[in-house]
Amino acid sequence: MRSLALAFLLALFVSAAAAADPGPVTITIRDHAFVPAEIKVPAGTKVELSIRNEQAMPAEFESASLHREKVISPGSAISVYVGPLNPGRYEFFDDFHPATRGFVVVE
Amino acid sequence: MLATAIIVFREVLEAALIVGIVMAASQGVPGRGIWVGGGVVGGILGAVVVAGFAETLAAAMAGIGQEIFNAAILFAAVAMLGWHNIWMRRHASELAAAANRLGAAVRAGSQPLWALAFAVGLAVLREGSEVVLFLYGIAAAGDGGAGAMALGGALGLAAGVTAGAGIYFGLVHIPMRHLFAVTSWLILLLAAGMASQGAAFLLQADLLPPLGTTLWDTSFLLPDHSLTGRVLHALVGYTAQPAGIQLVFYLATLLIIGTLMRLVGGAPRPARRKGAAGSRPIGLQPGE
Repeated sequence: MRSLALAFLLALFVSAAAAADPGPVTITIRDHAFVPAEIKVPAGTKVELSIRNEQAMPAEFESASLHREKVISPGSAISVYVGPLNPGRYEFFDDFHPATRGFVVVE
Repeated sequence: MLATAIIVFREVLEAALIVGIVMAASQGVPGRGIWVGGGVVGGILGAVVVAGFAETLAAAMAGIGQEIFNAAILFAAVAMLGWHNIWMRRHASELAAAANRLGAAVRAGSQPLWALAFAVGLAVLREGSEVVLFLYGIAAAGDGGAGAMALGGALGLAAGVTAGAGIYFGLVHIPMRHLFAVTSWLILLLAAGMASQGAAFLLQADLLPPLGTTLWDTSFLLPDHSLTGRVLHALVGYTAQPAGIQLVFYLATLLIIGTLMRLVGGAPRPARRKGAAGSRPIGLQPGE
């Protein structure tokens, strides 16, 4: 009984630790669109974005407000870290196809 | 087609402005066409190679290969531009006694051009590899048609080259005795802007702290993607939302190159005196 309670506590602890590090946020570029086009991240923490380009053409993930600029070859993924950021909406786009836009929403 | 033209123009613009300034700065130097042309051709060849290895580059160094590569290119260009300015200043002071049209021409004539050629090559390589990737991407997607792509690319290139020619012909209107002071300032600001861009890449790779993610935000006034914003970005490193570390690199570059220029050049040029200027022995110049 006691060991069961211990195991339960341990499980709680492990899940809490997992929640503290949510891992990378995945974004996919498909048919000239970011999927999802809006991601939410907590303020004041560093977050890894993993961006996969599923198109036949290269893309360039770029954002003036996030200071990020990175080429993504067709069929491959890159990762960029953003933050810690203040609350707000930060726009990003595909520099090779500027109509393709998305937002990082920090709250 | 128009979208292609605009994107190619944007990438070409920065390199073209640098070429225009370098051509003005090397005004009167024999063989400058060969040097600068060599830099451009070398840069284009390099761009094709870099574009071909884009995927390998991105995956290199645990995913920060692209950032390291861009930063290295930018800092190398900063070093070349700085070296050029320091060299010019040193020789300017040697020839300060003859600070007239002839003196300026002599000074220009003995100027080595490898540093400028190298800086041009690096700028073309960096911007060019994106153009190559972009055009390759359109060709691979195959939805625009090869003819429209080629036409768009050519239009964008022509517009970029026109901008570069524009700054060149604007600059060479400046009288010879002032021209090198002006190009020297322009090159100093170019170098500072490139250093700030290099810092942004190292920040992106998480190798530098941001020191303030956004120092100020002038994007409502002059956004980065506006034409004026882009021209100012290329010329003086303007960015609407700079990180603190970018400003640190910008100012440090101005300070380091500026100080070295002052050290090798000695005190500000002596005021010209009627008659006496030509007879002053060079060995007694300040800073010699």
